[in-house]
Amino acid sequence: MIADTVRSLARLLLPGLLLIAVTVAPSPTFAQTQQVVVLTSFPKELFDAYKAGFERAHAGWRMEVVPKPTSAAITHVRERAARPDVDVFWASAVDAFIFLKSNNMLERYTLPADLRRGIPDQVAGFPVNDADGFFHGFAVSGYGIMWNRTYLTRYRLPAPKEWEDLIRPEYLGHLVISAPSRSGTTHLTVETILQGYGWQRGWELLLRMGGSMGAITERSFGVPEAVIAGQYGIGIVIDFFGLSAIASGQPVDFVYPSVTSIVPANVAIIRNAPNPEGARRFINYLLSDDGQRLLFRPEIARLPVRTALYREAPRGMPNPFTMKAGVQFNADLSASRYQVTNRMFDQIITFRHAELRRAWEAIYRAERAVEAARAAGRDMTETERMLTQARASASYVHVSERMAAEVSGVMERDAAYRSAKEREWGEVARASYVRAAQLAAAAEEAARRR
Amino acid sequence: MRIGIPGQAVAPAPPGVGWRAVIDPGHAVLGLLLLAILAVFVVWPIAAVLGAALVEPDGGVTLAHLARFFENPLYIESLANSLRAGAWVVAIGTVLALPLAFLVARYDFRGRTLVTTLSTLPLVLPPFVGAIALTQVFGRAGTLTLLVQDLFGIHVNLMDGLRGVIVAQALHFFPFIFLTVAAALMNVDRSLEEMGQTMGAHGWRLLRRVIFPLVLPAYAAGALLTFVKAVDDIGTPFILNVKNMLGPQAYLRITTVGRDDVDGYVICVVMVAISIACVGASNWIVARREYATLQTGARASGLPTRLVGWGAIGALSLCVLVLGASLLPHLAVIVMSFSRVWSLTYLPSAYTLGHYAEIFLRAPRFIVNTLTYSIAAALLGVVIAAATAYLLQRGRVPGKAVLDAVAMMPIALPGVVIGVGFLRVFYPMTLPGTETSLASTGAIFVLAYMVRRLPYALRASHAALHQVHGTLEDAAAVAGAPRTRAFRRVVLPLILGGVTAGGVLIFITSAVEFSTTITLVSRIEQSPLSYAIYIYSQSPLGRGAAAALGVVAIVIVAVGTYLANRLSGRSRMAFTL
Repeated sequence: MIADTVRSLARLLLPGLLLIAVTVAPSPTFAQTQQVVVLTSFPKELFDAYKAGFERAHAGWRMEVVPKPTSAAITHVRERAARPDVDVFWASAVDAFIFLKSNNMLERYTLPADLRRGIPDQVAGFPVNDADGFFHGFAVSGYGIMWNRTYLTRYRLPAPKEWEDLIRPEYLGHLVISAPSRSGTTHLTVETILQGYGWQRGWELLLRMGGSMGAITERSFGVPEAVIAGQYGIGIVIDFFGLSAIASGQPVDFVYPSVTSIVPANVAIIRNAPNPEGARRFINYLLSDDGQRLLFRPEIARLPVRTALYREAPRGMPNPFTMKAGVQFNADLSASRYQVTNRMFDQIITFRHAELRRAWEAIYRAERAVEAARAAGRDMTETERMLTQARASASYVHVSERMAAEVSGVMERDAAYRSAKEREWGEVARASYVRAAQLAAAAEEAARRR
Repeated sequence: MRIGIPGQAVAPAPPGVGWRAVIDPGHAVLGLLLLAILAVFVVWPIAAVLGAALVEPDGGVTLAHLARFFENPLYIESLANSLRAGAWVVAIGTVLALPLAFLVARYDFRGRTLVTTLSTLPLVLPPFVGAIALTQVFGRAGTLTLLVQDLFGIHVNLMDGLRGVIVAQALHFFPFIFLTVAAALMNVDRSLEEMGQTMGAHGWRLLRRVIFPLVLPAYAAGALLTFVKAVDDIGTPFILNVKNMLGPQAYLRITTVGRDDVDGYVICVVMVAISIACVGASNWIVARREYATLQTGARASGLPTRLVGWGAIGALSLCVLVLGASLLPHLAVIVMSFSRVWSLTYLPSAYTLGHYAEIFLRAPRFIVNTLTYSIAAALLGVVIAAATAYLLQRGRVPGKAVLDAVAMMPIALPGVVIGVGFLRVFYPMTLPGTETSLASTGAIFVLAYMVRRLPYALRASHAALHQVHGTLEDAAAVAGAPRTRAFRRVVLPLILGGVTAGGVLIFITSAVEFSTTITLVSRIEQSPLSYAIYIYSQSPLGRGAAAALGVVAIVIVAVGTYLANRLSGRSRMAFTL
């Protein structure tokens, strides 16, 4: 009777087990020799194009993709350092690669000489490849401003050209940026502004822009998405977000301000990768003429590192190797104060966005009232002085460049010190913005008083 | 709505036959096999999560980690947000559902059947797909937002942050409340009301003293189910980029801090506690309901009051308003799937078929993966569910209560917790002879989906088996058929419809599963449709393709629901489960 039961059970269970077997079997797990597993933070348009291209170029090879945001990707590599299940790390942010390199999680790779030729050492003063050969630039990007034409028409706003344009009062609430602590590309944009305008003026500019931000998104692609959909009018983005949106027919435009910097996006081999041969093949493909040409596709719109290819570039695609970057980007300086810049931005802009915005809103309102009073022939000298104080208070930079350099190292090592500093900056910022709003309100009232 | 299988009276053993009459060896083997399967795929993962959160490395039980949860402002905020969102979803759902339920149950008017059918449609649209679509309707640059701005000059963004999560979930989940309350209202015996009227209760007093107490248990059960599902759903917060809720926090801790991060497991434990409390409360309330239906044997008598003229118009406009709002996401997702440029206009300004070309021609693997995993999960689940139901009803073995409890356990387990438990148990294991982790094979999805939806199939099988009287088997036995043949030739054909309906339920709910999926998925090649929708939505130009996959999901669920209803021969069964 038991045997009977087992037999009929087996008959019942068999189809299910067979189906599971079918599910498992075609998955790549049993064919480990001819594949490469790529861990990437890039969007689907990009990795899909390379998957198709690589598998076409290398018959019999498979490219598997593990898509993760950069921070989760680093965790993935770290947790599996003893027995990696990915071969290639492929992302934008240079700091992620520097972190992996300094933790011995990358494998050195020397490009074949014929590939190495035709790739310049530097783009606008920034090294294209890691000097020690641990990671390699495969595309370069600049930063700029993207806007929605329909949106600007609807709200009757002019198009911006330079970073300074973004502090116009009429842009209040129409701008969007992502937090540099969440987005490596935004961090580089912020650092570019700080290096281009100097620490003090740079932060003042950022604070005034911050006052006009309608939103500060968590994810870098949230900015182009919001601009494309017309949720906000003007976004601060990395170039390919703007260029690919234009290429796909969205009603948007993009401009590089004269103060911009150009940096590479990178690729590296993971130490003890299960498929080192596949990893090398992938990198070679990525840097080959065919691989580099894929970058020109409208849905990708990135700038190759093989300079010869710019002859075939689609219309409207800039050549960064001939562009004069307004800023000679200093990567060492950027790395040395990485923590301070991001934490400061979060503490004085992202987390204090409401107060900052309220302050600038009050200031712009007061400015209009003062303007009207002056047009009516009244003497506004005293009120003007209050307004100047309000502006100073709403763009007060508590941390000097020297102080930033001093605390940066300690902040990285000492968590208690870091949170104490963060609290201090946040508190000072909040108090300044509240004071600015009060001053502006008083100025407005004075201007309206007969 | 009752959760769990009601106990079946065991036939008294004929005297003098000995232990074989009480314990059937065949049944015992089957029972042990089922228990073993459930122990590995249900008990172990959950125990692993609990262990990680509550057990010290030296083996002692500790509440220290749990205490830390309540000291962390971010977790407190996440807990508060999850509870607040759940409560709001129930509140809005109630406001949408109750008038509709009352109208449909009590009155007859032109369009009544259509209203009943349409009101189930929100359930075929996965809430995270709805979230994508609703951004395009109620968001900052949404169609209705622009319309209101152009007409009245006010700009309201309904989809902002937590508010957006609440709107999307309320529009998706309100049918749960509608269906349970409408069913209960239809079952209220009119004679009870008449008695009330005879005794002088009218209007509000009648409603309050007679009808409310009769309908309240059903409403409470529907509301609690909605609450559990809302807290469980992490797809909607993810699509709307809301991270400070429990589900997203658990997921983020495990994926960005690491699989050994205690906090991630502690959050899971808190989620399980909430879920168990709600399911327990729902069971308790439903169990107490019995008193209402014991009063008379007969079902509700009398036809619904016929509404004509203004009454009918009023009823219908209310329905149109509520259903119109809840069907907006469906319309929007279809329009989005064809839109190429949709920027600050009421409707797209350029259309394309490219998104469908993308998902069917360039990247068909998502749909193929979904079908493979879901069909495999359904087949496996049906076999286990049918065997379990058979044992629970007809089996002569001890320990049936344990089997029942374990098999029904997943109903109180949030999807992200099942995913995290599976990762913890199966990630360190490798396929024999390879370096590949068990958790990075396609089979892990099949097993997780099967476990997650097993209670549905179990209930369907149980209901089907309940209708086949045991004497049929006895008759077959008398006629000389061995028991397995009796089962195969007599019982199986009779219960096949109901059992298959259970399988279809596993299939459709697995096809749009998100919470467990995102926790388990690693390689894009193995990704099913739901995770692909998320991945597409993570690139600025990918929402069209995400919407196209959403339309595929709607079609799968709609066809599956129709099939399940046809097979089970009971209307609305798929939804009231």
